[in-house]
Amino acid sequence: MRAFARAFGFVLLAFASVASAQVTSDRLLNASKEPQNWLTYNGDYAGRRFSSLEQINAGNVPQLIPKWAYQTMAGGKFETTPLVVDGILYGTGQDDRAFALDAHTGRPIWQYQRNLPDDIRPCCGRVNRGFAMLGDRLFMGTLDAHVVALDAKTGNVLWDTPAIEYTKGYSFTLAPLVIKNLVLVGVSGGEYGIRGFIDAYDPATGERKWRFYTIPAPGEPGSSSWEGDSWKIGGSPAWITGTYDPETNTTFWTTGNPSPSNRGIGRSGDNLYSNSLLALDPDTGKLKWYFQFTRHDEHDYDATQIPVMVNDGDRKVILQANRNGFFYLIDRTTGKLLHADSYAKVSWSKEKDASGAPVPAKDASPTPEGNRVCPGAAGATNWMSPTYDPQTKLFYVTAREQCDVFSTAPQPYNAGHAYYGSAYFPNEDAAPFYGALRALDPDTGKIKWEWKHPSPTWSGVLSTAGGLVFTGDAEGNFIALDAATGKALWHFQCGASVYSAPMTYAINGKQYVAVAAGSTLFTFGLP
Amino acid sequence: MAKLGEYEFRANCAFCHGLGARGGGRGPDLTRTPKKHGDSDQEMFTTISNGVPGTAMPPNGATQQGVGMTEAEIWQVVTYIRSVEHKPVEMAGNSLRGRQLFFGSAACSTCHMFKGQGGRLGPDLTAAGTARSLEYLTDSIRNPSRRLAQGLGEAMKEFTVEYETVNVVTTDGTKLQGTLLNEDSFTIQFLDTRELVHSFDKTALKSWEKSRLSLMPGYDEKTLPEKDLQDILTFMVNRLQAPGGAQ
Repeated sequence: MRAFARAFGFVLLAFASVASAQVTSDRLLNASKEPQNWLTYNGDYAGRRFSSLEQINAGNVPQLIPKWAYQTMAGGKFETTPLVVDGILYGTGQDDRAFALDAHTGRPIWQYQRNLPDDIRPCCGRVNRGFAMLGDRLFMGTLDAHVVALDAKTGNVLWDTPAIEYTKGYSFTLAPLVIKNLVLVGVSGGEYGIRGFIDAYDPATGERKWRFYTIPAPGEPGSSSWEGDSWKIGGSPAWITGTYDPETNTTFWTTGNPSPSNRGIGRSGDNLYSNSLLALDPDTGKLKWYFQFTRHDEHDYDATQIPVMVNDGDRKVILQANRNGFFYLIDRTTGKLLHADSYAKVSWSKEKDASGAPVPAKDASPTPEGNRVCPGAAGATNWMSPTYDPQTKLFYVTAREQCDVFSTAPQPYNAGHAYYGSAYFPNEDAAPFYGALRALDPDTGKIKWEWKHPSPTWSGVLSTAGGLVFTGDAEGNFIALDAATGKALWHFQCGASVYSAPMTYAINGKQYVAVAAGSTLFTFGLP
Repeated sequence: MAKLGEYEFRANCAFCHGLGARGGGRGPDLTRTPKKHGDSDQEMFTTISNGVPGTAMPPNGATQQGVGMTEAEIWQVVTYIRSVEHKPVEMAGNSLRGRQLFFGSAACSTCHMFKGQGGRLGPDLTAAGTARSLEYLTDSIRNPSRRLAQGLGEAMKEFTVEYETVNVVTTDGTKLQGTLLNEDSFTIQFLDTRELVHSFDKTALKSWEKSRLSLMPGYDEKTLPEKDLQDILTFMVNRLQAPGGAQ
């Protein structure tokens, strides 16, 4: 009896300390009004990765200390941006692990490990970038190309929907995006000759509501941009989370390289909608307009960088620092290019067309013996999230300065096998390689300041109302910089490279900053 | 078969081992024989499949860059490597004399170890004779600054540290020179010319700079005549035991 009473008392306490974590569509629309939480992959629908929390600021950030760490104990790249909802942190890890933690103490509430088949096809690591949430359900895409709903309180699997056959090279790595009553995901697999798509699922049942193929079938608009049957295996994955404009009910998604990535022979044409920005109706998946960044790409310049929505007076734009080395400003009502300026070393394009869009140079194609082109295959940036700070009005992006030698070779398509048609490697003449966090003025594309990294990093960026920008480096440092000047104000050595984007939240009025590095999720706060 | 293997090699191996398997910064020249980690077809297959623990050679499919190969594709790569291999080099020089030069008047061992004997300022050269092409080795001796050797690689970092030259001045005015061991934005680690390990907070130094001008002197034909060079190379390739050293 006493034991029962003690257990019962514990249960009561537990209930008292955890708020009901119900994420509604309305909360998602107004996510920036509850900065203590981080409700979506990017923190808000606009993809700004900016927080109005200001308790940790340029004055006190030198005092920042680690508060707790959580280890997934899995190898490989830990790319998650966790969600925090009413005191609970929800993250995903390598090998499709997932976890819910008390965001105040780091203590696990539940853990999930997907039982993955041996023959999955992850191109670039057994990675996952995070959850989306609606109600008390969490949604993740898996490396065996399923979409899964987990119960937020227990981690129990509520539904598990296979999207497509993983054996043909399909997988999911991105954090899904919830819009109204739909869960949106985009597929990975540009290294295998897939046909890319973006899907929407019913959060209650897991039933697929629509699919938008990122490569049109014969007869559909854009289909003439492919040679012969090359469209069937033309790649164009959509492996980074989109953004959403409720005013026009438009969701913006970006797509990756055409396949084979480094061989244009056999797929002549622009290869729509590879390397593009897509404006979709989230209710139906219908295409409103598109803008293609790199036409007939032969250098693996996926456009899978977050399309960040910014309002500047009456001007409603999308900002994107593209993997191809150009920073694009696009009118998000019409899809019209406003300007494109290089923000890193570029040699693949030497001129622009009448619209101002960079066009590929003929002599930049990969050759059998190798052709040095900048940026290299990993790009002037990659999937790492940038941030837009409405206070400084600057766009911060992780840049990579690296050129590669691109070679090409014919390669037969074999379902589920690598389909690059090429190789690449760093050019010795290009040494030393380095990375930089660059603060760009969106109006001009000019670099306001840069923080130079000793080697290129895969860390994303967070900006806060505390006048700070947070990022990580390949050498394992997590760094806070002055958003206005780029001066480093604080750093912490995490012990392994940062392959994620930081986020911030607050509990009981105390602000925290979290970042994944190595196999550890670190959380920092003021003493 | 060899042609298919060449394409697989380009996609999966050339990033480290270079076009034509002639070696890159990170990976050895695979046109050389015999292979350090086993020279039979089956041993090469195993090396490619499982990687080489303790080295930068990862298991097939675990590079986090590419997608890995099927068994058939690995065999194609083995066939390709066989097709570009040279016969074991018959070195014309005098190994014994090369060893004497290495540990004696040419002073290589002042900065380089060979089988546990020698200095620490430059890379250990025990395996260099079989891992690198003769052109690469010759160039490294004649023009050491043209291509710096690679040093520490951290598990999750894409690029290894190189043997750059470090010059620092401490707050008390002490000048130190050495070769870089490691570096990040805030700290620097190096071995000075007296073989002392230093690790400094960069802000705690009066000044610091790195240079791609190697601390190793360029050995031109006057300093190291062609015959001496050939003898040293022969010693490195034949890997004679160091004098007095345990095999």
